[in-house]
Amino acid sequence: MTAAPGGPAPEEPTREPAVAEPPAVRAEGIVKRYGPTLALDGVHLTVRPGEAHALVGRNGAGKSTLVSVLTGMARPDAGRVAFGGVPAPRWGDPAAWQRQVACVHQRSMTVPGLTVAENLFLNRFPGGPALRWRALRGRARDLLAGYGVDVDPAARLEELGVEQLQFVEIARALSRGARLIVLDEPTARLDAPGIARLFGRLRELRAQGVAFLFISHHLQEVRALCDTVTVLRDARRVLTAPVAGLGEDALVAAMTGEDAGHRRPARAPAPPAPPAPRTDGTPVLRAEGLALRGHFGPLDLAVGAGEVVGLAGAAAGGTTAVAEVLAGLRSPDAGRITVRGRPVRPGSVPHALDAGIGYVPEDRHREGLVPARSVAENLTLAVTGPLGPCGTVLPARTREFARRMIAALDIRTTGPDQPVSGLSGGNQQKVVVARALARDPAVLVAVRPTNGVDVRSKEALLGVVRQVADGGRGALIVSDEPADLRICDRVVAVFRGRVRAEFRRGWREADLVAAMEGVTAGTPGPPTAPDTSTTEGTAP
Amino acid sequence: MTETTAPPAADAPPAGPVRRPRIAPGRWRDFSLVPVILLLGVVGFIVSPAFLSGDNLIGVVQQSTELGLLVLGEALVLISGRMDLSLESTIGLAPVVALWLVLPAHGGRFAGLGLLPSWTAVPLCLAVGAAIGAANGFLMLRLRVNGFIATLGMLTMLRGLHLGLSEGRSLADVPDSFAYLGRTSWLGVPAAVWICLALFALGGAALGYLRHGRALYAIGGNPEAARAAGIRTDRITWTVLVLAGVLAAFAGVLYTGHYGAVSASQGSGWIFQVFAAAVIGGISLKGGRGTLFGALTGVLTLQLVINVMTLGGVPPLWTQFLNGAIILLALVVSRFTSGEQQE
Repeated sequence: MTAAPGGPAPEEPTREPAVAEPPAVRAEGIVKRYGPTLALDGVHLTVRPGEAHALVGRNGAGKSTLVSVLTGMARPDAGRVAFGGVPAPRWGDPAAWQRQVACVHQRSMTVPGLTVAENLFLNRFPGGPALRWRALRGRARDLLAGYGVDVDPAARLEELGVEQLQFVEIARALSRGARLIVLDEPTARLDAPGIARLFGRLRELRAQGVAFLFISHHLQEVRALCDTVTVLRDARRVLTAPVAGLGEDALVAAMTGEDAGHRRPARAPAPPAPPAPRTDGTPVLRAEGLALRGHFGPLDLAVGAGEVVGLAGAAAGGTTAVAEVLAGLRSPDAGRITVRGRPVRPGSVPHALDAGIGYVPEDRHREGLVPARSVAENLTLAVTGPLGPCGTVLPARTREFARRMIAALDIRTTGPDQPVSGLSGGNQQKVVVARALARDPAVLVAVRPTNGVDVRSKEALLGVVRQVADGGRGALIVSDEPADLRICDRVVAVFRGRVRAEFRRGWREADLVAAMEGVTAGTPGPPTAPDTSTTEGTAP
Repeated sequence: MTETTAPPAADAPPAGPVRRPRIAPGRWRDFSLVPVILLLGVVGFIVSPAFLSGDNLIGVVQQSTELGLLVLGEALVLISGRMDLSLESTIGLAPVVALWLVLPAHGGRFAGLGLLPSWTAVPLCLAVGAAIGAANGFLMLRLRVNGFIATLGMLTMLRGLHLGLSEGRSLADVPDSFAYLGRTSWLGVPAAVWICLALFALGGAALGYLRHGRALYAIGGNPEAARAAGIRTDRITWTVLVLAGVLAAFAGVLYTGHYGAVSASQGSGWIFQVFAAAVIGGISLKGGRGTLFGALTGVLTLQLVINVMTLGGVPPLWTQFLNGAIILLALVVSRFTSGEQQE
């Protein structure tokens, strides 16, 4: 438990949350306008030292803006920010802000080509102008060890996984003296064990008096880690309360501004089991003996008409690779894929599309969207036929087509011509899903379709997937998020590239998580999976 | 396949007040150089009344055609997220190779091979351009060599081949079939101008109204997403590189016809102007952005600047300095008139 080297911050190992102690950050009456839109409207926020404070809200509620204000990236139009009782640094002095607060994961401030040690001490190298590598690495090692981070200081940053990267960023922020760390969706790219390790580390740091502002769409994570939660809605703070006494329903109600009681039945139509899957002989999608060396072993999979099948497993466990093979992005080493009984040429996206496989990629920013182009163009990227004769694309038909998709999926946009980068995360994801559906596929393969979207969009997206299947087509959801898999008729759990178990509707979350982790018995799940059967189960 | 997913529209989304489609603010970016061109016209008239004479203006436009064709090819390559520096060598080398294969071994000042009849000169020239584009594609897409340095190497190599084949001299015995297009006039305007305009219009229409044209923007904007959406990114990129080579070779045909000879330094140093015109015209070097109309205005702007300088009687030794300075100035101006960063 060494304190941060060079940090001027308090170093007492364990401190009682003394009443007189100034808060780690206190923001009062923050107002921020972007042109005509009011992004923050008199928001208050107080985070005590050693507190884990959750900031939740739907996309567009003002979370990112508040984080920008708190980290000195944006200048508020009104209001005050104070760190540890002292007014915040002048606006436009990034070094001074970095000594107070750091934001991990949003606009990562690291240099991928440099070593971990260099990144830790960027522009603060010990010694004179000549770089003393040995000393630098030594200090980096001490620093990392001090926070219990097991990373080689000589490794290049780009070689690290997401999880280690986050630890390095946290360590760097703390070494600069920051006592408040903003974590913006830190778990979005982690699998369950990674999340467990991250949370363990965060708890240790809290014991040292480090405060966290935790932004997440996963209410279970909020519950597992945080003690206070602040809800933003429409640029206003609507609620600040201890997490302990707050039901998930109340939280969702605060976020959406609706009464959760009325909303719940409208959720993905899980409870009334849909008319038994209309499996009329041949499945819409079948994979036999599919294998990709280093990712997954021989694997059989079948999706019937009217069925939603879940492929559950950690991202590193080969499930994403299965989806990529099905979509034609990778060539399998062995096995065959058929759609409605007809074989699909492997390793070719156009053939997979023609055969009727619609694909929703894992990361919409990397593989899903062309950010500078319009909603209409992104929607019709894969469409060939109906936009015009002989390979032409008539703008009027494109816009009409896009309008239909926008209406069908309820995409919130100013129109087909809006650049897709201007949409909120949930609506961007709807664009990606709509595109996968644009060619009327026989089966929809969706990887983590609700990644990084707010609660309402999540429900809408899963509802769309369900409707696809109810319309007589098939759907395959690849995810490690139990909430995504609730709508599935069947869930196949994969661990290290092999099928471990299969669940029928009505599974217990603990069992599924255990199977995904390769544990046979129902051991206590990691923090992502606290027993939520009371909130998520089949009971109404 | 027409009926797409149409879940029973539970709540018909009003999506705000229905607005008539109007030109989005972003569209004006394409026209941001038009006022600059008009301004240059005024300045030109002040500098010399001869500026507005028909001969002078036609001269400017004619000189724009060869650069324009290179810019057209480069714009397509840039929009799809690649770069091709070798175009400036293609404009010189392609005619030289064609003439070398066509011209008789004896009798002329330049000893060719005389392998093929002279009417094949133009097709041969275009084929050479296509071959160069295909070679660039092979380097970039098969071998995955960095496109910038690969085409820079190609530029140097082809320039050397040009000098070697032509023995460092100008080739003046150009067959009539080869010189026709660059020399003739239709309706009082050089044919090259009509052809160039037609090709720009064709290219613009392809980018706007063809599936594969739209795909260029997707490939340049986010190649991974384009691939995941089923676009054959490599095939299309390759086609674009070949097309750019062909356009450069065709520019060589027009240029050779216009001046009646292939000089040893034909095209040398053009690539800077090509990139400058494209960037001034609003084409992003990172790919995925820009229109051919913008590129065309970029070309005209550059040519007008040069013309005005000539009319203004700038000493020849200073033209290169002024040319560079004015291009830099134009970049800065277009950066602010378009309001976008040129990264």
